[in-house]
Amino acid sequence: MTTEAVSAHEPAVNTDPDVVLEVRDVKKYFPLTQGVVFQRTVGHVKAVDGVSFQLRKGETLGVVGESGCGKSTLGRLLMGLETPTGGSIQLLGQEMAGLKPKQMRAMRRNIQIVLQDPYSSLDPRMTVGDIVGEPFDIHPDALNGQSRREAVTDLLAVVGLNPDHINRYPHQFSGGQRQRIGIARALTLRPKVLVCDEPVSALDVSVQAQVVNLFERLQEEFGLSYVFIAHDLSVVRHISDRVMVMYLGKAVEIGDEDQIYGTPTHPYTQALLSAVPVPDPRLKGRRDHIVLEGDVPSPANPPSGCRFRTRCWKAEDICATEEPLLQIRDTSDHPSACHFAQPRDVIGAVQDEPAGPDA
Amino acid sequence: MTETKQPDVSAGPAKSALRDVNFDPSAPLLEVENLQVEFHTRDGIAKAVNGVSFSVAEGETLGILGESGCGKSVTAQAIMGILDTPPARIAGGEVRYRGVDLLQLDESKRRHVRANKIAMIFQDALSSLNPVFTVGWQLGELYRMHTGASRKEAKVKAIEMLELVGIPAAKARVDDYPHQFSGGMRQRVMIAMALALKPDVIIADEPTTALDVTVQAQVMQLLADLQQEMKMGLILITHDMGVVADVVDKICVMYAGHAVEQADVFQIYERPAHPYTKALLESIPRVDQKGQELTVIKGLPPALVNAPPGCSFHPRCTFATDRCKTDEPELYAVPGGRSSACHYWEEVIAK
Repeated sequence: MTTEAVSAHEPAVNTDPDVVLEVRDVKKYFPLTQGVVFQRTVGHVKAVDGVSFQLRKGETLGVVGESGCGKSTLGRLLMGLETPTGGSIQLLGQEMAGLKPKQMRAMRRNIQIVLQDPYSSLDPRMTVGDIVGEPFDIHPDALNGQSRREAVTDLLAVVGLNPDHINRYPHQFSGGQRQRIGIARALTLRPKVLVCDEPVSALDVSVQAQVVNLFERLQEEFGLSYVFIAHDLSVVRHISDRVMVMYLGKAVEIGDEDQIYGTPTHPYTQALLSAVPVPDPRLKGRRDHIVLEGDVPSPANPPSGCRFRTRCWKAEDICATEEPLLQIRDTSDHPSACHFAQPRDVIGAVQDEPAGPDA
Repeated sequence: MTETKQPDVSAGPAKSALRDVNFDPSAPLLEVENLQVEFHTRDGIAKAVNGVSFSVAEGETLGILGESGCGKSVTAQAIMGILDTPPARIAGGEVRYRGVDLLQLDESKRRHVRANKIAMIFQDALSSLNPVFTVGWQLGELYRMHTGASRKEAKVKAIEMLELVGIPAAKARVDDYPHQFSGGMRQRVMIAMALALKPDVIIADEPTTALDVTVQAQVMQLLADLQQEMKMGLILITHDMGVVADVVDKICVMYAGHAVEQADVFQIYERPAHPYTKALLESIPRVDQKGQELTVIKGLPPALVNAPPGCSFHPRCTFATDRCKTDEPELYAVPGGRSSACHYWEEVIAK
């Protein structure tokens, strides 16, 4: 089984100085073991199985997919928190795999993560000042002559927290404020790339918008690039320039926000988009609804050929034998991993039947 | 779908417990009037539900929309009679099912109302199911307790219910444990449990929040189909404005323990009459629209222990005046059978 063509649409060598992150065919297999004393590997969970993309300066790449599709593992790989089984991750033109711990530590300054749950990702026994300033313990030179306290109060102000609260503990803050603390901590070392792993999923709707807007403001202010991992397709559309859709460890479609949301060509993307509820009752029953059958197969034992074929309404014999490559096709202007890729506007397509007064 | 034969409830112990309760079949299905629930905490009294009223008819779906801490789940628990008292205390109001105020019934009678008349679907199916019993056993327990069915009969019923909610190979899966089911399947089991005794009212508390979108669509579809088939009243509690728009007939928006706005689903999305509803609608990104600017609701929901005086939304409201700081708005009647707890609803609706 070869997965050669993953790089078909990407240049082989990173010569573009605007590309801050280049991921090529990255893989992460988790071994499944059996036995108590002598552990035998009986198989692998292919959490991420050959994903490639480029991230440019100031760009936001949204990564969407259902739980278990490997999007969080991808985020951890980018951060160097997991060692990839294969493939390459280049940050600012430098290969991340195989770095010595000391080099890795220096590299990590350029990429930071904002975690999902602001309740469990902050140490309850540390003050906000300690949490946000902790990266300076490892990178004292990042202070640039500023005092640590100054640097931390600046950061708190940047994310919209009251700098006077520097000595408070996380439990004294609300969910939205805690997420701001998490963001401030990620910004401490002035990274180039921010990996955001479901950063707004745990927040209330009225607070979510505040944090989304904060991300947008910070991007402009610091020229950050985001890898925005989320399952909420509405939020991803709002914030992303480009979007990658993942299914069972593979990228099934990647393209501009317009291409993915306007003319999705992969059946999975289409099903995913059609399932997103739209807050407009007039569209009730008039939208294109694709209801998928069954559940996501186990990543330990994925289907042969196309991994989506077991739930796909377009599947034919070829799908079981030949794995579709993620590439631009005659029928798809952006890379899509489907033999029968065909654009279908699932969001805009509304049957014209006035169900209520028109706005 | 096979037709489910329901056990004859009148033969079971339910009949005896509810014998002297006169449900009036012509009375409205479920009415909640001026419900008030308080929690006695160390920091003071938290008014979690503060005078909430609504009603649900047969085959109707009411959405209760609100953020965490707005009192929506407490309302549901008060209706079900599963609030922990203390610390909670029902300070006033009525919950009338077919004309009978459930809050006045004693616990043994309420127990028979639960599951038989009003049932609930919980958010987190994994923690709502007991991990050490099989799914079939847990489903069958309902029949054995409420109808006095034998174990054998209960198992047959359990298989029937699993088939009804679309679990493939129900006969084989009835002996599986909850962890052997996927998230969506577990939620289906929860629905099967709620529907087992054919209740007239179903309360679904964030039934799809923990699920992926494609599975969420399946589960909501199932719930809507079953509701239509059985002509039940459905109360859907959620924070997701998309989900409610898809399935409900009317909406009750809650904020800090108050029902701030009620209207039918079309009106509320078209012309919200309360600033909170309006702000919520403008603050959520939509999948069918391109990066529009998100309007931010400034500040945070208030702590219930010291809710602001006057209108509880006034510190975050763009319409607020000095009057809102002192003068708690009553529930104004808005044309079209709606209501809004805002002094300036006419301005809000006109904008």
